[in-house]
Amino acid sequence: MSQARHSAFRSVAAHAVLISWTVIALFPVFVIVVNSMKSRKAIFADPLSLPGPGNFDLVGYTTVLAQGDFFQYFLNSLIVTVASLFCVLLFGAMAAFSLSEYRFRGNTLLGLYLALGIMIPIRLGTVAILQMMVASGLVNTLTALVLVYTAQGLPLAVFILSEFMRTVSEDLKNAGRIDGLSEYTIFFRLVLPLVRPAMATVAVFTMIPIWNDLWFPLILAPSEGTKTITLGSQVFIGQFVTNWNAVLAALSLAIVPVLVLYLIFSRQLIRGITAGAVK
Amino acid sequence: MGALTLTQVAKSFGSTEVIKGVDLQVEEGEFCVFVGPSGCGKSTLLRMIAGLEDVTGGDVKIDGKRINDLAPAKREIAMVFQSYALYPHLTVRDNMGLALKQAGVAKSEVTAATDKAAAMLSLDALMARRPAELSGGQRQRVAIGRAIVRRPKLFLFDEPLSNLDAALRVQTRIEIARLHRELGATMIYVTHDQVEAMTLADKIVVLRAGKVEQVGAPMELYNNPANTFVAGFIGSPQMNFLTAGALGLQSDTLGIRPEHLAISREAGQIAGRISHVEKLGGETLVYANTEGQGLLTVRLFGEHDFTVDETVSLTPDLSRAFHFDATGQRLR
Repeated sequence: MSQARHSAFRSVAAHAVLISWTVIALFPVFVIVVNSMKSRKAIFADPLSLPGPGNFDLVGYTTVLAQGDFFQYFLNSLIVTVASLFCVLLFGAMAAFSLSEYRFRGNTLLGLYLALGIMIPIRLGTVAILQMMVASGLVNTLTALVLVYTAQGLPLAVFILSEFMRTVSEDLKNAGRIDGLSEYTIFFRLVLPLVRPAMATVAVFTMIPIWNDLWFPLILAPSEGTKTITLGSQVFIGQFVTNWNAVLAALSLAIVPVLVLYLIFSRQLIRGITAGAVK
Repeated sequence: MGALTLTQVAKSFGSTEVIKGVDLQVEEGEFCVFVGPSGCGKSTLLRMIAGLEDVTGGDVKIDGKRINDLAPAKREIAMVFQSYALYPHLTVRDNMGLALKQAGVAKSEVTAATDKAAAMLSLDALMARRPAELSGGQRQRVAIGRAIVRRPKLFLFDEPLSNLDAALRVQTRIEIARLHRELGATMIYVTHDQVEAMTLADKIVVLRAGKVEQVGAPMELYNNPANTFVAGFIGSPQMNFLTAGALGLQSDTLGIRPEHLAISREAGQIAGRISHVEKLGGETLVYANTEGQGLLTVRLFGEHDFTVDETVSLTPDLSRAFHFDATGQRLR
């Protein structure tokens, strides 16, 4: 190990920056989780204290779990997130493959058109989307949310994945063609496994805004049966009284599934499987 | 089985012509090498034969049958790539057998074919491994094995040795030559290395900027180059080109191979100063900066004690020289 690259000072400085950033980023989460386990009085009296013998209270969690529909909200969120994620990854990867692999008229233009979606927020089209959903009878269905989130996630997915797919060995795809593999087999069996780290990146970027979204569930699917967890938590926030214990408990619970999904994908981010495929 | 005919084959990307009307006949069982500098279109031409690039003009025929619009898998060809291009998720056995499996061949036959190819390339011990567990040389042997298993009409090699180290390259080169003798198959081989071209080919096709410069047997090209480009490309070290006028000759350019240039400390036609000496044991290469003729290379057999900055005189052996006109065409 050379001295130049591993000076103690640099290493300490880098860690200090990273640790302070982590602390800042995690602090709100920490406050939510800590306070969700305290009594209402303790939340307001001393929001930063840890839950201890004097103020420990799980009333928030019991309220949330006693509210019968809460499990349903969770399930709705999970269904919407997973289904949208699946659609975004599948269609995004397919579009990216055709944009990066085939030469056709308007290829670049189409790529730019799709990339435009990254810059224009989908919420600008809320009214039109609502009209469309009403016309097609999809209001108050999870399908409506899945469709909107798929549209929302596709531009970034296509953009990132097509860049990655350009790096997949041309020879490998051609070897498949000569061996008689169909374009679909080449895509699913040869290319997709090689861009798995990119897929995981896209999955994380797509998943979190969907899980956290309040806007579209509120507008497109506010019915009791289709409420997502973010929308469901709002029942505890009233105009005059807010049940903070329950809100914080609901939010703490809502972190768990998305954290699990993130851990699954981040394993893929780290694992490189391209080693040895091509030199 | 396996004769290839190209008639006025052309390829353009938009308005850029990459291949400009190539005519070529490769006989059955012939080992044909496409050689040329990078960007000359040799790989593109190979990929057009494979069906990986569209042909925008002319005809590609295998055994007299036009295959311009046939899918790569239906052309009865096999290709070996520079980057090996093995399927990372399959074992060596499955890599080799995939094409037959795709073609719907019975499992027992696939196993027999892969076993036979593995024996030819001594890959038997590696059959259960995945590409990631193989060395570079082994991977390239698997890629060659994958091609053999298909028993194609035409083998296509796209710079297969470029990623191997020097020793392995020589070894694999000999192996490919042996396979060609054993299989008697038609092979088309692309390389930018003229040594590979000279040692492997029955027929060399020299390409430049999408056009065929000359076609012929290796020694034919060496002894009878059609122009300065072929003369300079075939033979190592490169041929020296001298301004003929300065030597009192009629032609425009005089081509002289480094071994046909005599070097002397006393007297000679061209005065110069040695700028570099390479001693290889069996031969010595002397580079001399000359007045009026630029840097010339002299190849001497055995060991010689020339040193840098020595003044020397060079004399071309005119009986072994090639004469070229102003456009680079050979004068006979």
